[in-house]
Amino acid sequence: MTDVYVVGTDMIKFGRFPERTVDDLGAEAALLALGDCGLTIADMQAVFCGNLFQASAGVGQRILKQIGQTGVPVVNTANACATGATAFREGWTAIKAGLYDMVLCVGVEQIGKGLLGGGGGGKDDGIPTEGLLGSGTMPSVFAHVGLEHSRKYGTTFEQFAKVSVKNHHHSTLNPKAMYRVETPLDEVMGAEMISYPNTKLMCSVNVDGSAAAVLCSEKKAKELGLMGRAVRVRASALASDPWSKHNLAAMDFNAVTRLAAKSAYEMAGLGPDDIDLIELHDCFATAEIVHYENLGLCKDGEAGRLIDSGETALGGRVPVNVSGGLLSKGHPLGATGIANIYEITTHLRGEAGERQVQDARIGLTHVVGAGSACAVHVLEKV
Amino acid sequence: MSASPTASALPKPAVPFIKIPENGEPYLEGQRCSACKEVFFETRRACPKCTKIGTLKAERLSNTGKLYNFTVVHRNFPGVKVPFISAIVDLDGGGSLKGNLVDIEPDIAKLKFDMPVKVVFRDAGRIDKAGNKYLAYFFIPADGGNP
Repeated sequence: MTDVYVVGTDMIKFGRFPERTVDDLGAEAALLALGDCGLTIADMQAVFCGNLFQASAGVGQRILKQIGQTGVPVVNTANACATGATAFREGWTAIKAGLYDMVLCVGVEQIGKGLLGGGGGGKDDGIPTEGLLGSGTMPSVFAHVGLEHSRKYGTTFEQFAKVSVKNHHHSTLNPKAMYRVETPLDEVMGAEMISYPNTKLMCSVNVDGSAAAVLCSEKKAKELGLMGRAVRVRASALASDPWSKHNLAAMDFNAVTRLAAKSAYEMAGLGPDDIDLIELHDCFATAEIVHYENLGLCKDGEAGRLIDSGETALGGRVPVNVSGGLLSKGHPLGATGIANIYEITTHLRGEAGERQVQDARIGLTHVVGAGSACAVHVLEKV
Repeated sequence: MSASPTASALPKPAVPFIKIPENGEPYLEGQRCSACKEVFFETRRACPKCTKIGTLKAERLSNTGKLYNFTVVHRNFPGVKVPFISAIVDLDGGGSLKGNLVDIEPDIAKLKFDMPVKVVFRDAGRIDKAGNKYLAYFFIPADGGNP
């Protein structure tokens, strides 16, 4: 089977664009990614589009109506917060299978402000259970994720808060981040409490955004002279949540991440020690802490020490979320997985400017969505 | 909203696994797999843990358990009273579920992992469009708390 390469990728600066449409946002990223490698939509043999909130509305086809209706197959994916990464993986799978040599993967979302999760209600029969049978809002769900870690290992509010201090700092170096503001520890801990221990500054930002990547087979990338800035997809893994006892009461983000990570490391023939930088799913500050262990960056129980040590900050042993992460760059659900690919690719190309991770050769992306879906990709400098 | 003529006089269960016998106390009903012994809520086509088919049997679950996890929720949707405690409880004998922990101050410092709790059934304080009342489960501290 051929190796698959990212030959073009880009994202728009995340923000709030209520006056624009989902297809317009997606089309902008698609053209940016195509332009990044000097190709056009007419070169693409298939399109894979990730979008969650308009999953039934043919977003991929609508993007083609903006940039060129070439008649190629379009696949629209919806897979919770792994939606964009799933679209990317479907593109990778299709090239691996030998069906196509060049495909376009786009992720796009338009959200607006506010709490996600905890929905339901308004039915003729039955009542909403949010706030009656516990809380299913995402800040609460990830508060439980964090306090489960505290229960096992004594992880503190301050340690969780340090994740936000770090990622907000990183975002000041990323011109495409939604927010670019330093948030000192006392400000993070003193911000409005949403669900303990997640304060407002420990919750990711709901934003509108889009990102895209052009994937290519090795033969085609060489033929087109695109290997110079190409990045190899060393592994692509996707998992669903396996049975676990507390899955009855709480969504699983741990076991599903461990499954996907194990599969990705095996496919890449690499381990956590080989990874130079990571974009992981910091939808809440508590989440980043548990994923340090889930992705094998440290032993179980050591994630609190890891954030204290500074090893996951830019300049540290394994920088995590140098883009600013979901916490500060923003989290447009369907775009996030491909925006992560853009970030890692940019570092592997040595084009990340002020936030460049020095000598980056191998990078890992991770997203995990409620329900649960986890995707892990390993990318390698060619 | 006033009760419509179609509203039932008796409360309905807020979730299907709350059982309300005509005579006797309400209880939580689980489905135990006879093969792997795990407990689930609501019916399933097969056991989600061991995948065996036809092994799930309804069972009355315990009304005591331990506080596995919690959070104090300070921000929620309009109309939901905050702060409140979202709790995850491991029932004695099997079953793990999320609910509100009440009769204790919603103060994070007052909550302890593994503190014993009881399951009680009370009016949900919410009605549906037809005006029906609902019975919900709540957790309270096993020592009775401060109602």
